Amino acid sequence: MKPNRIWSWIWIIIGGLYFIIPLIATFLFSLQAKKSGPSLIAYQRVFNDPNFFKTFFFSLEMAILTILVSMLLVVPAAYWIRIKLPQLRVTTEFITMMPFVIPAIVLVFGLIRVYSGPPFYVTNSQAGTNALLIGAYFIITLPYMYRSVDNGLASINVRALTEAAQSLGAGWGRILIRIIFPNLRTAILSGALLTVTAVIGEYAIAAFLVGIKAFGPYMNLLGGNRTYESMALAIISFFLAWGLTGLIQFASRGRTDSIPSVK
Amino acid sequence: MSNNTDTTLVDNNRKGVPLVRPSRSRWKDWIAVAPFFLAVLLLLIVPSLYLFFGSFQDPLGNFTLSNIRSLFSDPLIAQAYANSIRISIVTALVAGVLGFLMAYAVTVGGLPRGVRSVLITFSGVASNYGAVPLAFLFINTLGRTGMMTAFISLIFSLNLYDDLSFNLYSFWGVSITYLYFQLPLMILITIPVLEGLRKEWREACESLGASHFTYWLRVAFPILLPSLLGTMLLLFGNSFGAYATAYALTGGLINLATILIGQQIYGDVLHNVGLGYALAVGMVVIMAVTMAIYYFLRRYSERWLQK
Repeated sequence: MKPNRIWSWIWIIIGGLYFIIPLIATFLFSLQAKKSGPSLIAYQRVFNDPNFFKTFFFSLEMAILTILVSMLLVVPAAYWIRIKLPQLRVTTEFITMMPFVIPAIVLVFGLIRVYSGPPFYVTNSQAGTNALLIGAYFIITLPYMYRSVDNGLASINVRALTEAAQSLGAGWGRILIRIIFPNLRTAILSGALLTVTAVIGEYAIAAFLVGIKAFGPYMNLLGGNRTYESMALAIISFFLAWGLTGLIQFASRGRTDSIPSVK
Repeated sequence: MSNNTDTTLVDNNRKGVPLVRPSRSRWKDWIAVAPFFLAVLLLLIVPSLYLFFGSFQDPLGNFTLSNIRSLFSDPLIAQAYANSIRISIVTALVAGVLGFLMAYAVTVGGLPRGVRSVLITFSGVASNYGAVPLAFLFINTLGRTGMMTAFISLIFSLNLYDDLSFNLYSFWGVSITYLYFQLPLMILITIPVLEGLRKEWREACESLGASHFTYWLRVAFPILLPSLLGTMLLLFGNSFGAYATAYALTGGLINLATILIGQQIYGDVLHNVGLGYALAVGMVVIMAVTMAIYYFLRRYSERWLQK
């Protein structure tokens, strides 16, 4: 073996141990909930807790609504900018990158200060608070969504499709619904999955706007109160992340997206 | 992204001007994009400007620069920034170096192809792992009763906490935890970059009699450097803006810029609303500078590393 290759193995093993040991440690501990011996009782308790599903589905619902809002706002705008308003391209690119320089905690700080007091009082009602949460998620996932959709538009020949549709007598609404959306389904799917991944366990924004109704804050609460359940939850989350990552890679067919998620 | 694919449909005499039938009036063009820009305005621009202008106001609403000045003089805030910056630098450097070495190992380092796919898959999963469960993972590993803590005290009869005064809820503990999302990001970005190094460059070097070491020192490394530095800036920003992991890990006991903003949202812990806004604006400025250099470096490195 060349010395070069020995070093390669050494770095991989160091990094690999760092990745693996916390998972093994947490998994082994999660089995110790019963004094008598290893059991899966911690996992059972997690799944038996109605709040687990309640908060999980609340966050999933917020994620799905975010995707819908995002699609309805982003797709027409990106399409229109491409074919009619190319002068807005640079501005839009700049705007859609802005969420990268505004940390989630700063965004929620600003949103709360603007919309929780006069004259808006958005956070006074549950619907208003949820809407604000979806709005915040729309912003933090905007870089993924916009890039995904814009790349999708670049890969289909929008102009040719539009002209073909026009020459057959289709109006703008029809073109969007029947031509553009269906042709973008791969791009939208990959943007949507990235959104679910970013939103489902999100903590900072959810904690300040809706509290333990959402999955991230619920997990944090569990961590403070119940040791073994929190370990089981960490392992479950790992498999959840695995599943979502698999779906993303499947949807984007090997294209690795290097956008950091929100921590 | 270029429009080159579309040029066949564009009148050559008016390059770039779409042939698409124009709508009847100009304002109609803007209506289609209005909802998008309105949403961005209300949810991103207005809150940002609110924080920005608020940071130049004293409690009575008069213009002042004292909040900005306090960012440097208030010990609590200066400490928070210092901690955030130190953790971000340390994790960016460690993840940058180790991530590069790991990416090197699986691309040009001669390891079996399978190792590369396992590493990429795992890095993808780890970079999508939630912030809160990540904290649990490390509490179980390096917490006072964590597995590694117990293991080390068993093998080396050394207690991390009592003998080495290590604490998971402090600077090094948070840094070690952050590496769990920093390292995968570095690996995911660096692997394609290393694969972008062309074989011809290496062959040209060898035919000119250069050693492996000379090739790396004089050719490969200078080409990679802007990209590696750029990615490390991305890592810096990634950890500088992180809140949830640190909060879940320490319960808010560590003084970071993001944690301090969180406390300011719950109640006016700084006893000066404007100072809280200035704190947030300061973070955005640091992030903006970081990302601006990142984009500059990325553009620069793309000249060489095109696929």
